[in-house]
Formats: sequence, structure tokens, C-alpha cells
Amino acid sequence: MSPTFEKYFVPEPSKFPIFGSFALLCIGAGSVMWLNHTGPGPLVFFVGLATLIYMLFGWFGQVIRESESGQYGKNVDASFRWSMGWFIFSEVMFFFAFFGVLFYVRVIAVPSLGSEESVSVLWQGFEAVWPTAGPRAEEAFSPMGAWGIPALNTLILLTSGATLTWAHWGMMKDNRTQLKLGLLLTVLLGALFMGFQIYEYMHAYGEMNLKMTSGIYGSTFYMMTGFHGLHVTIGAIMLLVMLFRVMAGHFTKDNHFAFEAAAWYWHFVDVVWLVLFVVVYWL
Amino acid sequence: MSAVTPDQVHDDHHHHGPTGLMRWITTTNHKDIGTMYLIFSFIMFLSGGVMALTIRAELFQPGMQIVQPEFFNQLTTMHGLVMVFGAIMPAFVGFANWMLPLMIGASDMAFARMNNWSFWLLPVAAILLIGSFFVPGGATAAGWTLYAPLSVQMGMGMDLTIFAVHIMGISSIMGAINIVVTVLNMRAPGMTMMKMPLFCWTWLITAYLLIAVMPVLAGAVTMILTDRHFGTSFFNAAGGGDPVLYQHVFWFFGHPEVYIMILPAFGIVSEIIPTFARKPLFGYASMVYATASIAILSFVVWAHHMFTTGMPAATQLFFMYATMLIAVPTGVKVFNWVATMWRGSMTFETPMLWATGFIFVFTMGGFTGLICAIAPIDIQVQDTYYVVAHFHYVLVAGSLFALFAGAYYWLPKWTGVMYSEFIGKLHFWCSIIFFNITFFPMHFLGLAGMPRRIPDYALQFADFNALASIGAFGFGLSQLIFIVAVVKCVRGDGKKAAASPWEDAQGLEWTVPSPAPHHTFEIPPVVK
Ligand code: HEM
Ligand SMILES: [Cu+2]
Repeated sequence: MSPTFEKYFVPEPSKFPIFGSFALLCIGAGSVMWLNHTGPGPLVFFVGLATLIYMLFGWFGQVIRESESGQYGKNVDASFRWSMGWFIFSEVMFFFAFFGVLFYVRVIAVPSLGSEESVSVLWQGFEAVWPTAGPRAEEAFSPMGAWGIPALNTLILLTSGATLTWAHWGMMKDNRTQLKLGLLLTVLLGALFMGFQIYEYMHAYGEMNLKMTSGIYGSTFYMMTGFHGLHVTIGAIMLLVMLFRVMAGHFTKDNHFAFEAAAWYWHFVDVVWLVLFVVVYWL
Repeated sequence: MSAVTPDQVHDDHHHHGPTGLMRWITTTNHKDIGTMYLIFSFIMFLSGGVMALTIRAELFQPGMQIVQPEFFNQLTTMHGLVMVFGAIMPAFVGFANWMLPLMIGASDMAFARMNNWSFWLLPVAAILLIGSFFVPGGATAAGWTLYAPLSVQMGMGMDLTIFAVHIMGISSIMGAINIVVTVLNMRAPGMTMMKMPLFCWTWLITAYLLIAVMPVLAGAVTMILTDRHFGTSFFNAAGGGDPVLYQHVFWFFGHPEVYIMILPAFGIVSEIIPTFARKPLFGYASMVYATASIAILSFVVWAHHMFTTGMPAATQLFFMYATMLIAVPTGVKVFNWVATMWRGSMTFETPMLWATGFIFVFTMGGFTGLICAIAPIDIQVQDTYYVVAHFHYVLVAGSLFALFAGAYYWLPKWTGVMYSEFIGKLHFWCSIIFFNITFFPMHFLGLAGMPRRIPDYALQFADFNALASIGAFGFGLSQLIFIVAVVKCVRGDGKKAAASPWEDAQGLEWTVPSPAPHHTFEIPPVVK
């Protein structure tokens, strides 16, 4: 036995996973009923959602208690680092799929719908120019420009990345005020971003007639910005939890991976936005 | 690895956790969770098998006898989904859970609690998936590939399938992250990457593939969901989308997925053959590199599933050559297994029989894959029974046979009791004979032009179909033999197994007693 050996933490049996499974069962079955207008869909869905929230609170709460009581050693810390990295990789692949879709649509699908063969046989009069709602578009819409709110939002997210790094410096210097202030600013900037995003959607629906049903342009626009917005929300919640934990006196200069994980996630969301800004709004 | 410090086992642990059913629901023990995965996947295997036998019963003769065409389509769809996501994938995860910590000298998986959730999501997904048979309109009948526009038009069974796929995806991603982190971070001192048993390597790479492509599948089914209910036009040409787009996204997931189902099988076979050839694995490093190159290549071959969908000739050529390239690392592997056997002192206990059978029959599947990869040929055989024959040769005789090989190989470790050689060999011989009776004729059917996924067919296909159906029922019944073999072991009916029941088995798992105690390697062994 090596003398430097440190016992790896293995948790006690836990009731939380089964709550999580029950929650997803309800969310799945509830959504299906809801979408098909049969049975008590919304009820089942919200029971599932409530269970999921209970499970997340309980589970993460326990992890935080275990961490704060010093049960996790260096090895567990390394495991957390690896796992967060791989989790973000899976998220990257999720967005990659949608970027691939946008690429395919713009470079292959729409041009071929507008090809001479297609126009002469199937879709008379269709002009393949992006943005388009397709050959059988029912209503006209205006596309979302890049240089209004989206550009502002880019600035906001980039700034939030900087404030977050500034908060991290605070952590490293044991300057808790800087840490708190940086986190608070980041969360506020995230909320501001989401506020603008919601305003942009309302504007799009209300005045530009740009809807999810606006053909392929509307589909890709809302799907990609929508999933991104969801991730911003999740990231902001993560950072908010970190802020609460900092205020509760958690974390030390050398032991604050939860904070770093949330920061990694935030930067990931940031980078996705930059790509989104270029390929969805700008080009 | 060569030697390990003995006596690393501390079974002084009394079970202080919950008992009875609650033990299984709340467990954080990798062996418990592995066992649940294995049992779950076997139940799904039997359910999928019942669907398959109903299909074969209908196809025994031309004409419609037993089921309605709509229900037939639901059966082929659900058979594929249940076997892929319910049987084969979870079974390999079960092996990973049981064996990886034992093989690398870890006390458990890196995230034991999350491990539990990965498992307990699967029954949820299975309820949604199989429950879809009972909703108005029945289960989805769009084929396991869920092609648009058919999948956009299906009833609410399709929605259930979409959510089931999402939940299975969450389970797979969590399971895969757990495996990657366990392998990267929990190895015992001295267990360098290149000393790891090959099974660990193949699972590491499989887990990487899972993390990379399950999110893509999630994206694909999400787009189907929004096309169905929220008015988007991803797969609708009238709105500027394209149904072919679905195929691209699906197969970007789908082809790596087939490697997800075969790489761990390569790992298992690479453990078994050296043991019974009493020689170290030939070309260990080349095995690792071959596995990695298969994984990388598998991202750039997806459109070989779409040769008849229509694409530019240059694209077809690219995907054809890229696909054929995959045969090279696959060939390296087969070569290495055979070279391991070369001049070994071989014996053919049941695991070795399955492993050798695997090499024979899987390689045939590899060859038919190569034939399918040639675009001009594939344009003839796509969507025929030839493809059905191909993928059953690689999935049944590949993945499933390797699973059985591994099950017999490690049953003594799991239960502490030797299985009956007679029963195991009977299981093998019945399986391999009936397997070939079932699927070999399908090559001829496909070449003669019989389309797949149809409930009725032209008269000239009758004889081979009858033969295939007879084989299928034989194969199905043969699997009951496996239940007997396992139940006997679990009930302690057999010779007690030693810590290392095989003469020349290498690996840390054989240094702990059989059955493996609840907790192993709480103090890691030192590998020299
Ligand atoms: C040498 C290696 C292989 C090559 C070259 C190869 C090639 C191909 C090709 C070209 C097709 C498309 C046939 C068509 O639809 O017309 C195909 C289908 C398929 N292959 Fe393979 N394959 C190989 C190995 C495997 C392995 C190892 C597995 C799984 C364990 C697998 C599973 C499948 C499945 C499930 C399908 C059919 C999917 C469907 O349409 O439902 N293949 N293969
Ligand atoms: Cu493929």
C-alpha cells in the first residue's frame, strides 16, 4: 500500500436518483399528454418539474455539504474537473448539430430548392435567397438584423466574461468583496442579456412577423437562439448559486471548483453566442 | 500488467445501507448497478425478441396471416429501438460497471450516485417506449431510424418515443462521462494507460463516442418534435427545409452508434482470447490505435447509409472510400486476434467458443459491410434484406455473441460458481447454428430484391423466408438455455469458482475472490 494513498469518496446509498427518474417520467409523459391534448398533461408535467427541482436542491445540497465538510480529496476534485469538461463537450456537440443544420440548409437545401430543376417542376417562382421561409411561405416577415440588440447583447456577454474573470481574481486574492461584486455583475449582465433577448422575441413576433412558423429561417432562428438563451439562463442560475455560496462563506483560495465549473460553463455559453452572432444574425 | 500485491480485498464491510428493494433503488455500488444493467438489458432482449419472433411468424409465408401491416411496422420499429437502446447498449454498460473498477483497481466508479441515476433512467425510458404500443394510434412505425417526414406524421406514440430517446440519451451521456472519468482518474498506482486491459481502452473510446453523438441524436429528435407540434420546417421542403437533412443528422449519430455497439465487444473478445490461447494479446498497442482510428473515422462515413437518397457523385465517392478505409483498422483487429491464437495452447471452454464464433461470423458481417460500402452495389441492395443480413451479422453475431462470451467468462467472478460447460456449449452451438439459418438466407433474399420492413412479399421469396423464420424461432428458444445457465450459477448449483477459475487469466479482477466481495480495492493495489 502506498503511503500517500488517499481514500476515494464513495457516497452512501441515495434516494435522489429515483426522484430524478420519477421526475423525468412525469415530465416526459406529461409533455406527451399536453402536446396531444389528452389526459391531465400539464398537471403531470408540473408534478414532474416540481419533483425535479426538489431533487436538484436535495442532491446538490448534499454534494455541497459533503464538499464543505472536507470529504472530497484531490482525487474527487480531479474527477469533477474531468467530468465538467466532458459535459461541456457534450453540450458543444448539441450546438454543433444545430450549426450543422444551419449550414446544410443555407448551403445545400435552399439552393437546391431554387435550382432550375426544382423551380421548373416543383416550386414555380421560388427564389433561393436567404433568409427565406420556403417556397410555400404563407406570410412575409423581416429578418433579424445583427447590429441592433444582438450586437449590444454580444457586448453584454463579452463584458460578463470579463467581470467573471475579475471575480475569479478576487477569489484567488482572497478579496471576497471583489469576488461578490464580480459575480453579482456577471449575473446581472446575464439577466440583462436575457431581458434583451425576450424583448427581441416580442419585437419579432409583434412587429416583424418573424415567428417559429416562419419557414426554415424562423425555425433555425428560434431553435438556436432559444436553446442558447436556455443555456444562458442555466449558467446564470449556476452563477447565482455560487454567489449565494460565497455569501455563505463557502470556497477558499485553493478549493473552489464549483465556482470554476460554473465559470467554464459561462465562457462556453459566451463562445456559442459569438458563433451564433456571426452565423445566425450577421451573415 | 505482470504482478500485483496480493490481499487487496477487505470484505469486513457489513451492509449498513437499506435492504430489500430499497437497496437496489438507492445503491451506489458499481456491482449492484452493473447487475441491474445486465438484468434490465436481458429483459429488454427478451421483449425485443418477442417482437422479432412475431415479425418472423408473419413472414413465414407470403400473404397476411397474423398481424395488421400497421402493427407490423410498429413491431419492426420497436424491435430495432428496444434492441439497440434497451438491450445491447445497456448490457455493455453493465459490463463496464462491473468490470472497469475491478480491472483498473478502483474502489468504485468515479460518480457512484450519478451512476445509480444513469441506470434508473432506463426503466423510465423503457416504460415510455414500450408504453407507446398502448396509446391511440399505437407505437411509432417510422423505423428505428425515425426518418422524416414519416416521423413527423406519426401519432402520439412518436412523441413518447422522442421523450424516451431523450431520457436514454441523458442516461448514456451520464454513464459515458462516468466511465471516461473512472478510466482517466481512478486507475491504481502503476496502472498506466498502456497497461490497462483492452476492455478499458475500448470502453474509454466508446464513451467518448457516446458523449460526442448522443447530443446530436437529441438535436435530431428535438427537431422532429418541433416540426410536429410547434410549426417549424426543418424537414419540410415547403418551408425551405429538407427531409434529407434529417437523414444526415441521424446518421451522423447513427454510424458512430454502431461502433458504440461493437467497440466494447472488441474489448471483451480481446480479454478472452489471450486467456484461452494462453498467450498475451498480439499487438496490444496496435489494438489501441486501431480502436482509436475506428472511432475517428466513424465520424466521416455516415452518408454510406444514404447512397440512394441522392447526393453528388463526388460526395458518394468520398463516403465510399472513407467507409472502406474503416475496414483497415477492423482488419488489424481480426488479424491480431488470430495472431494471438497462432501457436497458442488453446482450449475451447464456453467463453472461447463464443469468442471464436464471434471472429468467424462478425468478420462475415464486416465483409458484407464492405460490399454495402461500394456505392454502385449499395444502390442495388440498400433497403433490402441484404442490409438486414449485414447488420444482424455484426450486431447479433458481433455484439451479442461477445456479450455472451463475456457473460460466461465473468459469471464465475460474479456469482462465485462455475457455470455448466455442457449448458454453455449447448447454448453456443444452438445459437450459432440457428443464427446462420436465420440470417444467411437473408443475403440471397436481399440480392434477389426483397425489400426490408414489409409484412408481405412476392412468392419467389417464400422458401428462404420460411427457412429464416424457422431459424429465428430456434434462435429465440436457444436463448432460454442461457437463463438456465445463469440461474444455476446464481442459485449456487455448480462447482465453486476459485479466485481465478481460468488457467492463465491475467488482470486484477482475478486477484479478488469469487464471488467478488461487495467492496473491492478500497485500498488500491499497486501494479508493477
Ligand atoms: C467493416 C465494417 C463495416 C462496414 C464497411 C459497414 C458498412 C455499412 C454500410 C455501407 C451500410 C449501409 C447499407 C445500406 O443501408 O444500404 C451499413 C448498414 C448498417 N450497419 Fe454496417 N458496416 C460495418 C460494420 C458494422 C458494425 C460493426 C455494425 C454494428 C455493430 C454495423 C451496423 C450496421 C447497421 C445497424 C446498419 C443498418 C442501419 C439501418 O439502415 O437500419 N455495421 N453498414
Ligand atoms: Cu454506418
